[in-house]
Amino acid sequence: MEKLPNSVGVGFKPEHFEAIMSDALQLAFLEIHAENYMGAGGRPHAQLARIRERFALSIHGVGLSIGGEQPVDKAHLARLSALIERYKPQSFSEHLAWSSHDSEFFNDLLPLPYTVTTLARVVDHVAEVQDTLGRRMLLENPSTYVRFSESTIGEVDFLGAIVARTGCGLLLDVNNVFVSAQNHGTNAWSYLADFPFEAVGEIHLGGHDADRDETGAPLLIDAHGSPVADPVWSLFAEVVARHGPRPSLVEWDNDVPEWPVLRDEVERALSIVGDCPILKAA
Amino acid sequence: MNAFAIASFAAALKDRSLPPPAGLAGEVTRRFAVYRNNVAVGLIRALEARFPAVLDLVGGEFFRAMARDFALANPPTSPVLIEFGDRFPDFIAGFPPVAGLPYLADVARIEAARTRAYHAADIPRLEADAFESVSAEQLSSLRLTIHPAVTIVRSPYPALTIFAMSSGVVQPAPIENWQSEDTLIDRPCYDATVRPLALGSARFLQSLQNGAPLQRAADLAIKCNPEFDLPANLAELIGSRIVTHINIAPEGL
Repeated sequence: MEKLPNSVGVGFKPEHFEAIMSDALQLAFLEIHAENYMGAGGRPHAQLARIRERFALSIHGVGLSIGGEQPVDKAHLARLSALIERYKPQSFSEHLAWSSHDSEFFNDLLPLPYTVTTLARVVDHVAEVQDTLGRRMLLENPSTYVRFSESTIGEVDFLGAIVARTGCGLLLDVNNVFVSAQNHGTNAWSYLADFPFEAVGEIHLGGHDADRDETGAPLLIDAHGSPVADPVWSLFAEVVARHGPRPSLVEWDNDVPEWPVLRDEVERALSIVGDCPILKAA
Repeated sequence: MNAFAIASFAAALKDRSLPPPAGLAGEVTRRFAVYRNNVAVGLIRALEARFPAVLDLVGGEFFRAMARDFALANPPTSPVLIEFGDRFPDFIAGFPPVAGLPYLADVARIEAARTRAYHAADIPRLEADAFESVSAEQLSSLRLTIHPAVTIVRSPYPALTIFAMSSGVVQPAPIENWQSEDTLIDRPCYDATVRPLALGSARFLQSLQNGAPLQRAADLAIKCNPEFDLPANLAELIGSRIVTHINIAPEGL
């Protein structure tokens, strides 16, 4: 299967359609949220069809609840399968998180404890998704605000075990790494050093908000409503320098700015990728 | 997480009077509040985006409180949030604090229909020449399939005028003709459109949508408006390109 190019893409917002289509900037790919294209027709599909003529595409799901306690929602998986069949994206990714319980959808990426039991469940869910879609998927590391006392496995090991057992790839969200490390007082650099990078098929970059909890400890929120923070750019540059470029995405989902603002973020990512010593050596 | 723990996490997300769920490490009140806030604000924002005229009519603070009540009582059951809020108009109709704004639910019905139209299937519409093959004898038993983007909203209030004033389409002004208004919502190209329907026309189109043959639909429309003009309405129906299929009844034996 065709892959996403090892360069920089952007999270597509409908209000940027004309600007992106008339921009000479070399965007390596565009990414959409699957659930926004599960209507029957109209402008969303007309835009996506035009986009697909020109750009590589990543379809990113936010509602499959792979980390959930319940079986994967067959109806939702069928909708996803139809969308993937229609637009033939180079990549499909989802999150290590849950969002549905009983018949209710919570519209957020909610955390799960990392135990032998939850590992087995997530492995089953990822395998079912890959079998149904007939393709390898990428699973994204979450940003989290709480930790579970019952967790017995570190997040990196948990992700590594899922890769080993299902053959899935990983989506490394560098902002999520930073947000979670700050929130839990751990070290983002050592998280990245341990991350099974050979499985990474895409990198995400996004903005976060900063707050504090009742003890005064940092509480960063994965809000996707601001520019990428400087420490996150540093982590990204380190990852690219060490491992070479991967398909990398700038995402901005809330308080979406005018295209030039987002374009500046894309150019910053491009300059980091362009400076990659591995690329220069080659 | 065992089933009990995930259920208690889910319950505490919704009920702010509950403490954060057991099993979380450290001081978690503010941390858990981030998840609570994400869930609530995400749904409220979805409703704000879908119902801007209702938002304008009741104001932001009131709207967000009403939206929160709705989301708690009618949480989404699917990750496809473009459908979220289909039941908001009915909720508004039964929401006691807005009993003094009896038109509000119909304004919301117009807005909900606009989103459905926006996402409706791309089904080809029949041009006028498609009707040329229909004979005069076939006409009365004709059944027409109306495009899925089309919704008829019938209101005992001037709901369309209020919608137009509250969404910036026309300048707000005192409404001199406080009367019932019927509205047709459609999506001729990519943007949803709204237009008023003459007395009886809404009943006619709704009957056709429900599968009634042409003559029966006309009879029902005449009950609404004795002066219902079938030829004029038929011409309007064809000219507005809202029909996708003509179904001619088979000849009887």
